[in-house]
Amino acid sequence: MDLLGFIIILVKVLVVFAATMLTVLVMIYLERRVSAFMQGRLGPNRVGPQGLLQPIADGIKFMMKEDIVPAGADKPIFILAPAILLIPALMTFAVIPFGSDITLFGRQIPLQVADVNVGILYVLALTSIGVYGIVLAGWSSNSKYSLLGGLRSSAQLISYELAMGLAVVSIILLSGSLKLNDIVADQQGYLFSWNVFKQPLAFIIFLVAVYAETNRLPFDLSEAEQELVGGYHTEYSSIKFAMFFMAEYANMITAAALTVTLFFGGWDFPLVDESSLGILGTVLSVCSFILKMGFFLFLFIWVRWTFPRFRYDQLMKLGWKVMLPLALFNIFITAGYLTVRALV
Amino acid sequence: MPLSLLFYFAALIAVGSAILVVLNRNAVYSAIFLVLCFFSLAMIYLLLEAYFLAVLEIFIYAGAIMVLFLFVVMLLNLGREKALPHFMKFQRALSLMLVILFFFGVSLIMVVGSGELHQPTIKFSSGSVYALGEALFTKFLLPFEVASLLLLVALIGTVYLAKRKI
Amino acid sequence: MAIITKSYEPTFWDKLYFPALFKGLMVTLRYFFKRKVTIQYPEEKYIPPDGYRGLHRLNKYSDGRIRCVACEMCSAACPVDCIHIIPGPSPWDEGKERYPVRFDIDLLRCIFCGFCEMACPEEAIELTEIYDFSDLTRENLLIDRDGLLEVYELTKNKNYYSQTKKSEKSET
Repeated sequence: MDLLGFIIILVKVLVVFAATMLTVLVMIYLERRVSAFMQGRLGPNRVGPQGLLQPIADGIKFMMKEDIVPAGADKPIFILAPAILLIPALMTFAVIPFGSDITLFGRQIPLQVADVNVGILYVLALTSIGVYGIVLAGWSSNSKYSLLGGLRSSAQLISYELAMGLAVVSIILLSGSLKLNDIVADQQGYLFSWNVFKQPLAFIIFLVAVYAETNRLPFDLSEAEQELVGGYHTEYSSIKFAMFFMAEYANMITAAALTVTLFFGGWDFPLVDESSLGILGTVLSVCSFILKMGFFLFLFIWVRWTFPRFRYDQLMKLGWKVMLPLALFNIFITAGYLTVRALV
Repeated sequence: MPLSLLFYFAALIAVGSAILVVLNRNAVYSAIFLVLCFFSLAMIYLLLEAYFLAVLEIFIYAGAIMVLFLFVVMLLNLGREKALPHFMKFQRALSLMLVILFFFGVSLIMVVGSGELHQPTIKFSSGSVYALGEALFTKFLLPFEVASLLLLVALIGTVYLAKRKI
Repeated sequence: MAIITKSYEPTFWDKLYFPALFKGLMVTLRYFFKRKVTIQYPEEKYIPPDGYRGLHRLNKYSDGRIRCVACEMCSAACPVDCIHIIPGPSPWDEGKERYPVRFDIDLLRCIFCGFCEMACPEEAIELTEIYDFSDLTRENLLIDRDGLLEVYELTKNKNYYSQTKKSEKSET
């Protein structure tokens, strides 16, 4: 590998990391503002113009707080758990293509940190690693609320991972590749070539599963404050608590980006051939990606303030008795369609 | 050269964490070190350019199976295991002998053998998923189906055990 | 035993849940764009309605005489004994009338029940709409006669919180 290539990769890594962290900050702000707006309030608007510096104030507050490790907690794991949750959450974005190729310094640069040829599986594998953070946080806190939260969340994540994975399989069947780049390329062209129109059922299953995977309402049973105080992060304080929150938002960002990539054509802007427009096309594609992702991030908050929380047995029933059979049915139909198309 | 250094690094972690799995008295710690072991194995798969296997190693073993193990261990709340000094003497001796035999065999291959192992005939690299899928559904169809049947039987067994009344 | 009566049988469309979910989302979206009810307190102040029971005041006649005749009805009516009055001869009318030499109210004790204004035969003591009179020391929250008269000047013919906007509130 030459030096320029190395620098380009380094820059991409830094840009993606910084963008993710920045989006986390924006999400913390938006979560509070949008929540307030939907309740007829104004939300934080004092720190900086329109309260834009609120997340920074929050961050400073978190850092200043006393860091408590409860007595009886398993100290090494207690300290490790937030990191285990946060690191995979930040790593996942690496394989998501966020724009069409750009030509700089006489070479074509794909706007993606790593073009892994098992991209989608990489994402699924890393999300399944995040469970450890939650489970271990729950266990190491030596508190019943934390333990219950951790157990609930791990059972929930495993249950919905199946439905999510199977929904993704039908997309993989259509595009015939595990590479996210190929999946995006497959959806190029006019608007109805997006996978959401080809696989509406898979989209709905995936969307619901994503809410369960990110522990967001209506599936936030692992931190149901009315029953479990705070769930797995009950005993956490200071920067460790902030890390749990950052991980949650980073997961949301990745989930939104993945939804866009799999079902809404990724960076594709309908009816425009980005590769023929040069730099302008790249800018257009990145903007289109950010716009679509922004909508799904907004949807996360929107849904949070609209739907009440599920009961735990209802959650499991939905996951195993509705989502899983539907996803299998969808794969069956898709595979049948592809077989017939190959024969005809 | 840096790649082989990476291999030694991964191998060292794999062996070290595997030993810690056995030696740890706290079952939760054992489970965590087993996950670490899976990770280093996945790294070795990556070095072999078997991306698909590497990801599956993490996805299935670390991400699904070990979470369930951890789940059970946490629910049982075993705590620290008591040392059993005068127990399983025969097994201990046997395991020691087997380990010595294994290391002897490995070192024999390294010293006496040509020093170079067989190169893989099929490379699961660029088209890894295709190659794997094709191998599963043509050459290894019978073992694949037998394995799936075994899983089905296990599933039915679980349901039978879990339900009091069928 | 509880009897469950079904008011209606859900149709297939209802069982899909998505139409209902979408309807719910639309409700919250409508609120997202609605006017917000937040009052941005220090800059923007809540204007209490007439009859609000806030800080006390001592009323005066139009010629400047204090209405209070120091009859101590209010201090008798006060359930928490926060009104302390020392009567004396008034400086006008050659001292024929009674008049409060001291009129102290302990605002920390006061529960703002309004019994004093009901008990007053002269309509001299009244509760005004002023609600933000917090302070840092206990001493500052003991209001005396002159302070109460000052409050009267402040709230005489307009609502304290709508100095420019509302002035329909007339004083007796």
